[in-house]
Amino acid sequence: MKLGVTTQALRNLQAKPLQTALSLALLAFGVGMVSLMLLTEKQVNDAFERNIKDIDLVLGAKGSPLQLILANVYHIDAPTGNISLEAAQKVVKHPYIASGIPLAYGDNHEGYRIVGTDMGYVEHYGAELADGGWWDKTFDVTLGAKVAEATGLTLGDTFFSAHGLTDQTDIHTNRTFTVVGVMEPSGTVVDQLILTSIQSIWDVHAHDGEEVDPSTREITAMLLKKRNPLAVLTIPNTLRDTNMQVALPAIEVNRMTQQFGLGTAALRAIAMLIMALSFASIFISVLDNIRARRHELALMRTMGGTPRTLYTLLLVEGGLLSAGGTLLGLVLSRVAMVVLSAFVEQQFHYSLGAMMPLPGELALAAAAVAVGLVASAIPARRTLRLDISKTLSEA
Amino acid sequence: MVSIEGVKFQYDAAGPVLSFPDFSCAQGDRMLLLGNSGAGKTTLLHLLFGLLTPTAGTLTVGSKSLHTSTDRELDRWRGAEIGVIFQQAHFVQSLTVRENLALPHQLTTGRIPEDLEAKMDDMLDRLGIGHRAGARPHELSVGEQQRASIARALLHKPQVVFADEPTSALDDQSAAAVMDILDREAADATLVVVTHDQRLKDRYATCVTLNPQRS
Repeated sequence: MKLGVTTQALRNLQAKPLQTALSLALLAFGVGMVSLMLLTEKQVNDAFERNIKDIDLVLGAKGSPLQLILANVYHIDAPTGNISLEAAQKVVKHPYIASGIPLAYGDNHEGYRIVGTDMGYVEHYGAELADGGWWDKTFDVTLGAKVAEATGLTLGDTFFSAHGLTDQTDIHTNRTFTVVGVMEPSGTVVDQLILTSIQSIWDVHAHDGEEVDPSTREITAMLLKKRNPLAVLTIPNTLRDTNMQVALPAIEVNRMTQQFGLGTAALRAIAMLIMALSFASIFISVLDNIRARRHELALMRTMGGTPRTLYTLLLVEGGLLSAGGTLLGLVLSRVAMVVLSAFVEQQFHYSLGAMMPLPGELALAAAAVAVGLVASAIPARRTLRLDISKTLSEA
Repeated sequence: MVSIEGVKFQYDAAGPVLSFPDFSCAQGDRMLLLGNSGAGKTTLLHLLFGLLTPTAGTLTVGSKSLHTSTDRELDRWRGAEIGVIFQQAHFVQSLTVRENLALPHQLTTGRIPEDLEAKMDDMLDRLGIGHRAGARPHELSVGEQQRASIARALLHKPQVVFADEPTSALDDQSAAAVMDILDREAADATLVVVTHDQRLKDRYATCVTLNPQRS
């Protein structure tokens, strides 16, 4: 028979299921909310960082700079428009610009974007082949790992593209794409793209037999690497009289996260308030236990229990509540993360998968347990001054 | 043994001083402390149990001189050498009867001996509540609770057993049965019964009537 202090504490908590459940639920909810925010912040920041890599500037059509970044770096928004390839190549030749990667897109297959580009894009993200080869001829495509998994396409398979970025109704049946390769997972945006040549994008939208003047050819954007830091200041001036703009991914993402930051700060404050309520609940729970169980506690003193024994018992009860609530909260945040991940995966094809505890979460858990112990230690001190004779006489 | 000499007690500085008669009970003997309501029975019991500290006099219970012992020593001593049966059976409600019986061992030594469960089952069977070992205290009848309380007080073979009004709420037949159980199960211990129940006054050779003087 095991009757150590932890067993006794557990039995006491089980004996008051509603009170115990309330304390656990409050703490789990508070910890879960903070934990979920930490997890999503980390995952989103990681995703942004991974995909920005060394892209210093994005050249595209005028419009919202943030939209330009979201559309062309992260592929989670519609592009601001098209720009002239010739004009874009002039910008790439600017002395302050080291290199440029062209992007042209506007079609999809089963919701996955078909992006025309060159091998510079593949090299930029360090993507590697799992099977087959890179696109070579027009209408050859190489699939990102997630696209291959989701669509079930394999080498040699063919498909039609659909006009638009997600829509599946307007299908270009005049051109057939052929899968010539599949990439290894890279953890970057490339995983969710179908890569092909820019010529394929142009041809799929050209009318049969139509001759396109090379000077009028358009692309969606150009990802730029700067050679000179002054490019950030100089290039925008050179574009003043054009339909083009450059946006800085780092600045736009930072601006966006700051805007999110106001919302997350409010959510964090609510979570902290819930956690504070849960600690108050633990405090009241222990205090109420002492009142309701004072005869039991006095009885335990007559059976060999010391004041310290009783104090420890109540402290362990508070500790179990706070540790249990914290653990539940961490589990809750993972469950919420799975749900959120499924939503993000469906909407944006991004995975928010990593569930390993973050250092911030470990600190949160340690703090929650510590505060829970303090919240129970304060009322538990009453047991040290328990008048056994008086308490037993009252019974 | 149980022995008191010149014991006085005062609850607070402004209150009266209670003086108790001297008495002694040898190891293994039985005695009755008889007194009406307000005679100081519970106060004396708590003094003998080390829960109250006398303002004067000496108390020796079992191997312990209470007036020279520290609180920590008294805590351990109560769990190891003393058994007490309260007028109202107190239990830890979240534990089963079996666990309540094992609790004094756990609290005193920090562990439960391997052979305790067998001894426990024997005792509960002898008291006729073996089938209730896994029940929670509130699921027992008053009579079953009292027998469980006796079992808990005696299971660890205490040197001295105090019984506070063990028969006050019982009819003649039940009262006799409980006292028989007490006599049988506490055969090796010193048994001190504190009561106002006049039915018990002739049960033991030693009977001290409490009529403490107040000054």
